[in-house]
Amino acid sequence: MRKVALRIGELAGVLFIVSFGVFLMLSLMPGDPAVAILGEGHPPQEYADLRQELGLNDPLLQRYWDWLSGAVTGDFGTSLVPPQSDVLDRIGGALPVSLQLAVMGLAIALVLAIPLAMWSAARAGGTVDRLIGASMFGILSVPSFLAGLLLILIFSNGLGWFPRAQWVRLSDSIGGNLHHALLPAVVIALMELALFTRVLRNDLIVTLNEDFILAARAKGMPPWRVMVTDALRPSSFSLVTLMGISLGRLIGSTVIVEYLFALPGMGSMIVNAANQGDYPMVQGAVLVIALVYVAVNAGIDFSYGYLDPRTRRVDA
Amino acid sequence: MTEHVLEVDDLHTTFSTPRGLMRAVDGVSLTLGAGETLGVVGESGSGKSVLGRTIMGLISNNANTEVTGSVRIAGQDVHEMKPGARRKLWGPEVAMVFQDPMTSLNPVKKVGVHITEALRLHLGLNRKDATERAVDLLRQVFIPEPVRRMKQYPHELSGGMRQRVVIAMALACDPKLLIADEPTTALDVTVQKQILDLLATLASERNMATILVSHDLGAVAGRTDRVAVMYGGRTVETSSTSRVFANPRHPYSEALIASIPQLRDAPHTVLRAIEGAPPNMLNPPTGCRFAPRCRFAQDRCREEEPLLRDLGERDVVHRGACHFPLEIAYEGVS
Repeated sequence: MRKVALRIGELAGVLFIVSFGVFLMLSLMPGDPAVAILGEGHPPQEYADLRQELGLNDPLLQRYWDWLSGAVTGDFGTSLVPPQSDVLDRIGGALPVSLQLAVMGLAIALVLAIPLAMWSAARAGGTVDRLIGASMFGILSVPSFLAGLLLILIFSNGLGWFPRAQWVRLSDSIGGNLHHALLPAVVIALMELALFTRVLRNDLIVTLNEDFILAARAKGMPPWRVMVTDALRPSSFSLVTLMGISLGRLIGSTVIVEYLFALPGMGSMIVNAANQGDYPMVQGAVLVIALVYVAVNAGIDFSYGYLDPRTRRVDA
Repeated sequence: MTEHVLEVDDLHTTFSTPRGLMRAVDGVSLTLGAGETLGVVGESGSGKSVLGRTIMGLISNNANTEVTGSVRIAGQDVHEMKPGARRKLWGPEVAMVFQDPMTSLNPVKKVGVHITEALRLHLGLNRKDATERAVDLLRQVFIPEPVRRMKQYPHELSGGMRQRVVIAMALACDPKLLIADEPTTALDVTVQKQILDLLATLASERNMATILVSHDLGAVAGRTDRVAVMYGGRTVETSSTSRVFANPRHPYSEALIASIPQLRDAPHTVLRAIEGAPPNMLNPPTGCRFAPRCRFAQDRCREEEPLLRDLGERDVVHRGACHFPLEIAYEGVS
């Protein structure tokens, strides 16, 4: 119980710091909601009146307080810029897209990274290892917009296997949704794949030198089995940690991929809102991302207990 | 001639390292019959652990390792076999007890799984039968509450208990040959004797041939039939254990035995250490490898390498690699 209370306290602290920090930074940024709402070419007085009306001329701390007192009751306000819809509704539309892309990207990366890392580690220093290592560095050095464009060129425009510039909601059609999400997810997966493979390979090589691996081999177990049942789990700490960080990061920063594939995700939403000085939107979105981060981190802490029984504690 | 469980003939294990070739095992021959126990003793770096692993085939020919000579287990040459066939020996024919039970058990696997996986792999037992048999094995190595221990993780057990698990793991498929590589070095002194006695009892109950690798002569003394003293990758003396202890003929064995502290020593007796350090295996001295540290060394020792030869005793096999073996101390000791 104490642990849970501590977690919630931690969460509240993180959210407070994040929201205040973002608020401060937004106030320093250019971008005038009045211009975004009215459009260019109106007399200056109109903009000034609108700013007054929106409360943008109030002192910074008062604006933050106004926002905060709404937020703690679950009212994140409405977007300043048209369509002036409820912030939470907008996030509710964008978050599933980003979450799905991130999870699918990570899943693809993981499914490929684990066997590649195992293969690499089993032949550490050999030709296969060097080849995989070189390809991974190659992938890492290709910017994702380039990789995305190439994939679109080949698979959408060339072969016509995948649609582009569309999004089908999961609730509308599962098959259609996966069909549309796959290519962007692959683009996201590429970067993570290279990172995951590298990290897991290095940890596996360390684990493979442990005595218990020799002992497992001495039982007559085939090398692939030793790899899967003995080496993988103790080697996966860095990978799991990295995955958690990636998940949190990907939710809000797949902007490039979202633009390339015209997907209505969190990243592009935040960037647009920030450019227009639409602080309720940005605040809400950032807060949700922070929430995801904290939740994922809690999940990772929990998974350590599964990965290594020695870290399990008996809670009273 | 009786069938030997193990025949090792002129075994060499050479590692190529960035600084040159390291001849870790440099021409070792030995045989072992069913139920026989052999102690392999020597300082660290004498090649005894590498010998154990090469015998098992855990170390075999690869890019950086060259193994020559032959190791025959159950009549088959371990190093001529395909890896898959060799793995079939590991468990039912030969098994190993490793040095450090703190590191030789996988921290994320339950005790039970460590034992049952070998049973299921080699004997094809189902989960239930394997579990039953594993519990029985834990009982045989005197682990209390074996059923509960099966579900625990290694870190929940003490060092001595863990080494018992390692032994149970090695014995799971009834090997005919057990190689115990410094099985008590990492344990508390109070537990060492228990583990060694347990190994000896289990070996004789099962008529299992055992190689006890140790730097601790005390561990080997009362528990082995024969002993091979290793120095610089070679056997320098071998005979029955009682013979070697009562009447070492090689100056190295003699120095090694003399360095065991005795309870009857007066307080503050300076330990009789062997001067100098073990030979550099990348560049071993010419002639006798022990010559630089030997108080009896003569010119011939530094020039001509002594070969392992029969030391010409009437009733026992006693072989040594020394140009000037020590005198037979007293007649009639065997």
